[in-house]
Amino acid sequence: MESQLPAEFAVNVNQEKCRRCKRCVINCSFGAIEFKDKVTPNNKLCVACHRCATLCPENAINITENPLDYKDGYNWTPEIRKNILKQAESGGIILTGMGNPKPYPIYWDHMLIDACQVTNPSIDPLREPMELRTYLGAKPDSLEFDGNVSLKTELAPQVKLDIPIVFAAMSYGAISLNAHKALAMAATRMGTLMNTGEGGLHEDIAPYADRIIVQVASGRFGVTSKYLNRSAAVEIKIGQGAKPGIGGHLPGEKVGEDISKTRMIPVGTDALSPAPHHDIYSIEDLSQLIYAIKEATDYKKPVSVKIAAVHNVAAIASGIVRAGADIVMLDGFRGGTGAAPMVIRDHVGIPIELALAAVDERLRQEGIRNRASILVGGSIRQSADVVKAIALGADACVIGTASLIAMGCRVCQKCYTGNCAWGIATQKPELVRRLNPELAADRLCNLLTAWGHEIQEVLGSLGINAIESLRGSRERLRGVGLNQEALDILGIKHAGIGQ
Amino acid sequence: MKCDGIPSGCAISGMMSEQGRRIDGRIIIQSIACMHDRSNGLGGGFAAYGIYPKRKDMYAFHMMYDNMEAKEATEEFFKDYFNVDKDEPIPTQRENGISNPPILWRYFLEVPESKLEFLTERDYVTNTVMKINSEIEGSFVASSGKNMGAFKGVGYPEDIGRFYKLEDYSAYIWTAHGRFPTNTPGWWGGAHPFTLLDWSVVHNGEISSYGINKRYLEMFGYKLELRTDTEVIAYLIDLLVRRHKLPIDKAVMCLASPFWKDIDRMEPEQKKTATMLRQVYGSTLLNGPFSIIIGHSNGMIGLNDRIKLRPMTAARKDDMLYMASEESAIREIAPDLDEVWSPKAGTAVIGTLNGEVE
Repeated sequence: MESQLPAEFAVNVNQEKCRRCKRCVINCSFGAIEFKDKVTPNNKLCVACHRCATLCPENAINITENPLDYKDGYNWTPEIRKNILKQAESGGIILTGMGNPKPYPIYWDHMLIDACQVTNPSIDPLREPMELRTYLGAKPDSLEFDGNVSLKTELAPQVKLDIPIVFAAMSYGAISLNAHKALAMAATRMGTLMNTGEGGLHEDIAPYADRIIVQVASGRFGVTSKYLNRSAAVEIKIGQGAKPGIGGHLPGEKVGEDISKTRMIPVGTDALSPAPHHDIYSIEDLSQLIYAIKEATDYKKPVSVKIAAVHNVAAIASGIVRAGADIVMLDGFRGGTGAAPMVIRDHVGIPIELALAAVDERLRQEGIRNRASILVGGSIRQSADVVKAIALGADACVIGTASLIAMGCRVCQKCYTGNCAWGIATQKPELVRRLNPELAADRLCNLLTAWGHEIQEVLGSLGINAIESLRGSRERLRGVGLNQEALDILGIKHAGIGQ
Repeated sequence: MKCDGIPSGCAISGMMSEQGRRIDGRIIIQSIACMHDRSNGLGGGFAAYGIYPKRKDMYAFHMMYDNMEAKEATEEFFKDYFNVDKDEPIPTQRENGISNPPILWRYFLEVPESKLEFLTERDYVTNTVMKINSEIEGSFVASSGKNMGAFKGVGYPEDIGRFYKLEDYSAYIWTAHGRFPTNTPGWWGGAHPFTLLDWSVVHNGEISSYGINKRYLEMFGYKLELRTDTEVIAYLIDLLVRRHKLPIDKAVMCLASPFWKDIDRMEPEQKKTATMLRQVYGSTLLNGPFSIIIGHSNGMIGLNDRIKLRPMTAARKDDMLYMASEESAIREIAPDLDEVWSPKAGTAVIGTLNGEVE
């Protein structure tokens, strides 16, 4: 049956400019452009990834939203109607990729940052040191000295970050090996971390291991004692912001020779991550796994636990810290994914801003904030979000989508198809080849360098020269257009209120 | 001597006899008066150590009351929580333009044995100070240490000093403050020094990291009620030195930590210590412009922020250690000095009591 779904985009080719080089035809990995005497688009297959338009030497291609008007309806939006059509045709769950695009409130955009005037001088980051260095890991409440000189306390393992921005967990499988290489190289150069996700550690990025967080998720793919020890830290993934409470599924067609080796599963089999860890049915089980990993790594690696931001996140985080985690990673409901059911991605979880504020405050009330670092992600879009997150109480932020965009991603949300035209979210060799790891690493380093400078500018304007003086300093934030309840949860005052 | 003060910000001055010799209050008034133009008449105050030798083992509470109800409520509270050895008005003389003082009263208190089953004496006293300041309306603890006291109010510091008749007190440590308030209203309780137990702080500057310093202290049960950033300094030093038992030189490394670029170049042992102090105590870092003088029973500490955004000069003469916002304020009272220097940014000047207090 021919689909009734109208095309989402229209590919407009200027036939006068076009010199029939067929570059667009070769580059379109979604099969949306054919050559029939001339370049002929099939609009229904276009996902607006911009590959053709970007590479056309004559600048002859333009992509627009398909100007198809629907009968007006505030309630029955075109999107909802299209989804119903899709399901009426397929009987399936609607799959999607990347993060929640719905117009829920973005609290970052309702917070403003303070600055110095007169009584406390601002500091010029070009003249004075401006320190971003951050250590992740459990800290004791206090240090003990023997006499007045030597330290008696030994610290739990700490991971040094030169910039408080870490690359988010994205598995080899969800993204390509070239993308992984780029992330690993950039993390090493910038003194920060990348995260394997749950796809195991490919031998090609093993040399960067001391800048890599290795993940242990419900599928336990690629987890061996060697894997755990070749790392900067180990992360137990309980949940993900884009799909809290559900598992993952890498289809068998993506499991080629290399992924099979890295994940330790047969070629061509589906890689299924169960919704829960089947050895973790409550907090005491989590504690066992945390300590099993610490034993396996000789207590030399911080252990992180990643959870999705859900309603009761503060109490859960407190339990995680008490269970022995050195790092709590919170992933907000706008976080990205390679593939998730749309119903989950768009309707489950809570905003990271509120989750972070609630967790930081709860851990402080319980006097255990020192015992774990807090990492937050989902979605950190710009350096201002990083500054605001740290002021709310985060130790550092993680960026997934932003790092993909830096490498060339156009956020077309078709990661789950494996057809990524930019060589990022695909395993097809001819597509993967399009992403040059060196160039992509340069772009990632540029992004972090730029954000680092921007954070330093903001610190300078705040009159502080170390990131730890911003961390948790909610006094330097003000809310705009927020109701009292949101302000209370965020722990900030409304703009216009002084000290 | 002519005084050439530069009119900017607050003024601080401190002097100490490391031998424990006691000196009357006229000298410190003379020093702080020299920097008159750095204040605007909205706050001045002094801390003095060694002033109550007869009751040196008792907690001397200097109280400020807005009204008689507050005084009565506080005295009821004292009866429940302490043995009151003596109480009396703090002597003042009222003919010098100081207006609307609160009721000023002092108490010499002992902690009954029975109260100390579950906590130390000093934790107990700390808790009562927090309780009075936060729970009794119109009642404020100006100081609560042994054999020391704070004398402060709204006015120029030299007027406040004469108002409290400081010429009648002798101390081995004096610190003084003249205030030019910007971000908090001028009220008697808000003048410097800020104190807790025997800690006192006079402060020129603004703590831009106040938000996190406050939240960090709250984790350890401190209640910050005073609408000013200076109290965090007193509480941080109390937490670091008294409760966590850090040596003073390590505690000041937390408050004004070396830069990472300098830590990275240190000798291994020193580097490890400095790194761990920053890792564990990052939230105690005082950021923003400040010069402070911290007084305590065993000495005096002068400290600048890490890039020296506020002035501080130190000097020595025989057993005397001096610190002040301006050299002129030291020369005013000790023209002939053995040594004068401008302490480096983030480097503490530490005076230690070596002799017996006379």
